[in-house]
Amino acid sequence: MSFLQSYRLRLERKRWRIRAFRKRRELELVQDNTENIQNSDILLFVTMRNEKIRLPFFLKYYRALGINHFFFIDNDSDDGSLQFLLGQEDVSIWHSTASYKRARFGVDWVNYLQMRHAHRHWCLVVDVDEFFIYPFCDTRPIRALTDWLDASSIRTFGALLLDMYPKGPIHDEPYQAGRDPFEIVSWFDSGNYTISRNKLYGNLWIQGGPRARAFFSERPERAPALNKIPLVKWDRSYAFVSSTHMLLPRGLNHVYDEWGGEKASGCLLHAKFLNTFLDKSEEEMQRKQHFASSQEYKAYYDRIKQDPELWCKWSEKYINWRQLEILGLMSKGNWA
Amino acid sequence: MTVGIVMLIHEAVDRAEQVARHWAAQGCPVVIHVDRRVKRDAYANLVRGLSDFSNVRFSTRFRCEWGRWALVAATQTACEQMLTAFPEVQHVYLASGSCLPLRPIKELEDYLARHPRTDFVESVTTDEVRWTIGGLDAERFTFRFPFSWKRQRFLFDRYVRFQRRIGLRRRIPAGIEPHLGSQWWCLTRQTLSAILGDPKRRVYDAYFSKVWIPDESYFQTLARRYSSHIESRSLTLSKFDFQGKPHIFYDDHLQLLRRSDCFVARKIWPYADRLYQAFLEDGPSKMSSMEPSPGKIDRIFSKAVERRTQGRPGLYMQSRFPKDGFENGKTCAPYSVLEGFADVFESLEDWLAKVTGARVHGHLYGPDRVEFTGRQTLYRGALHDSAALRDYNPRAFLTNLIWNTRGERQCFQFGPQDNQDISWPMATDPNAQISVISGAWAIPLFKSNLDFADIRAKAAELQKIESEHLAILNSQHTKAGVRIWKLAEFVEAPMEPLQTVIDEIGPRNTRRLTEAPKMVDLSGFGQFLRNLKNQGMQPYLIGDFPVHPEGPERPKNRRRPYLVR
Repeated sequence: MSFLQSYRLRLERKRWRIRAFRKRRELELVQDNTENIQNSDILLFVTMRNEKIRLPFFLKYYRALGINHFFFIDNDSDDGSLQFLLGQEDVSIWHSTASYKRARFGVDWVNYLQMRHAHRHWCLVVDVDEFFIYPFCDTRPIRALTDWLDASSIRTFGALLLDMYPKGPIHDEPYQAGRDPFEIVSWFDSGNYTISRNKLYGNLWIQGGPRARAFFSERPERAPALNKIPLVKWDRSYAFVSSTHMLLPRGLNHVYDEWGGEKASGCLLHAKFLNTFLDKSEEEMQRKQHFASSQEYKAYYDRIKQDPELWCKWSEKYINWRQLEILGLMSKGNWA
Repeated sequence: MTVGIVMLIHEAVDRAEQVARHWAAQGCPVVIHVDRRVKRDAYANLVRGLSDFSNVRFSTRFRCEWGRWALVAATQTACEQMLTAFPEVQHVYLASGSCLPLRPIKELEDYLARHPRTDFVESVTTDEVRWTIGGLDAERFTFRFPFSWKRQRFLFDRYVRFQRRIGLRRRIPAGIEPHLGSQWWCLTRQTLSAILGDPKRRVYDAYFSKVWIPDESYFQTLARRYSSHIESRSLTLSKFDFQGKPHIFYDDHLQLLRRSDCFVARKIWPYADRLYQAFLEDGPSKMSSMEPSPGKIDRIFSKAVERRTQGRPGLYMQSRFPKDGFENGKTCAPYSVLEGFADVFESLEDWLAKVTGARVHGHLYGPDRVEFTGRQTLYRGALHDSAALRDYNPRAFLTNLIWNTRGERQCFQFGPQDNQDISWPMATDPNAQISVISGAWAIPLFKSNLDFADIRAKAAELQKIESEHLAILNSQHTKAGVRIWKLAEFVEAPMEPLQTVIDEIGPRNTRRLTEAPKMVDLSGFGQFLRNLKNQGMQPYLIGDFPVHPEGPERPKNRRRPYLVR
């Protein structure tokens, strides 16, 4: 990495931060509980739109994991999501009617709130349909992980976005608020992920899973990225570059080992393919607020309309993190 | 028999208080050193909380930093206080605030009573130490370390390098030989007082104050000078990872810790409520006089270190993506690649699967689709048969397939019409067994009913591709097991090569075969080759195929299936 290149990345990082700062005007504070935040608290940031049905389980799951404070950015929901969140003491809410796309799919908003509130905190950035799994998550709270990362001088923790799907057509079993979505979408692809290295930012680019094989088998380069870095010990000088796929400074992207060893890593179970998926796709196709004018959603929609089944006989049924560890989708690293 | 506990507290003061209370309540005198960096309020709380115990003392506070002398100074003062304030103490046990006693104190006392003159201190010479980090083992005794490793890493590293280059050496004081070991020890009053009251102590202290990580060497070295009997092991169960930081115990280690029969464990996560509950508050488990046996815990932690440093061979994933040459196994298991065999024999796949028990695929890298066994559209791990998806990353396709089918031998066909991007990855993989019948691509052309001009062009193209492929297999970088037969020589005596291939796929087959693969009918093939030659195309990869099929040296018996033993 030449001096010039690293200087360029430095400028880029500053640009994202300035942009995030400018975008603060698009955020309107609805509920501020940030004075409750203690120095050692673990924070969670999430951007959402019309996800009321998912919220009860989402909050329950992450509270049990040991998240101390939730930052919600509500992108103009009209299904009562906001009302549901009002009054919860560990939740702070911002509301925005501005374009999700022009806030770079919410990244600018999150960057700004993190700049303001997350300095020197461990924070988890996820979507409402993503559920964080890490080694020993069934016996150790998330603070055990962050304490261990602190002691090991590790600043970021990577997770593979693992698409989960049901057995049978995806609209077969309707989801009810509060229910564990993985009782329905309990299947995943265990071994069809491809990886390449992004030389400039130093992160890995992972594609594959059911979306790649079902929707992009003839255009694999268009398949969505599954590499994520959701857990970061935040510093106000950091910035997410594109979603949580990569950060700057680029050293933060180095969540993998290059000398043959395994670093510790987790998974984000992705409960996207619930029965709500078709409605959501239809809405997103009209709003065109997602990546490449929501073309991804169009591909999903067409395929799912034709053949609503993602399950195959080689699908694996989710049991626990140890299973993912054995399958090689995540690793304990040297955490024992 | 009384054992005195010297406790060094740096953080998690509440937990430390709980443990100190436990020791003190069972009659062990405790001297506590609290790091000066601990907040005044927390310290005051601790002192107040333990004020109801007459056998708890607090020693002068030092500002401690990892790897520096202050830690030893703190230990010295606390030990001196212990020896003078509690004359009944026979053994002094050094513990930290994050240590947790796993067995009743009575058992520890009994154990020490059975070893009255023994010092339990891990103490090894620098030659035998394997755990030191950064290569600083002998050098930590001969260099000076005025800079902090934690705060002034740049200066630290520079100064070490400077001393290496200049050849600066400190003289080790006469009479001591440097030893290293765990900083958590248990010494007898005799040894400890001899160390602390040594007339040359000022010399030693001055020397060790500039040694790196003196808490791992000061007592370990000096105990060698005075002790009558050293057991070179620590009574504290404490494991270190590859970076030299201690492994931490959590609630889910409860059963492991119980079964380890160690006296004290370190270090415990401060929020591990169940551990503290189980070992401090619940009544003691039944008394035993077992020797400590940390074997199982050792295994778990050394496995963790191995996973972190070597990883699982053949696995490519989000947190293991080795650079070229550092894979420690490019794929996770041996597999066989057959080139040309499917052209020479009819329905080879089924036959081979039956004979060897291996999973036999078609052309996995075929131009139209991935030919999985049984021509399934999806295969293990939900691999898809789309050629586009496979060609997007041919190498990952192979490593994924081999990883997904761990425990089952994979075998697939390959040829010049397939995607050649996989040639190098296969050739440099020691797990690959590549058997080639060169020139076998001519057989399908021979059987096809194409225009001869097209056949000629196709043959030239395939031959060029195959010869490039063979050049890779014959290169000096190749690590795969490679066998190459020319088509002509193979057809002449196919049994031996076939037997070799089968043997290496699966050793399970020792009994005599009842079924044999049927070779395709090659009558007229010699003439076909001659026609190619006459058209100006030299099929040199095929070898010397007899031109006259009906000649005396090539009787009709070629049509008969060959028996392979």
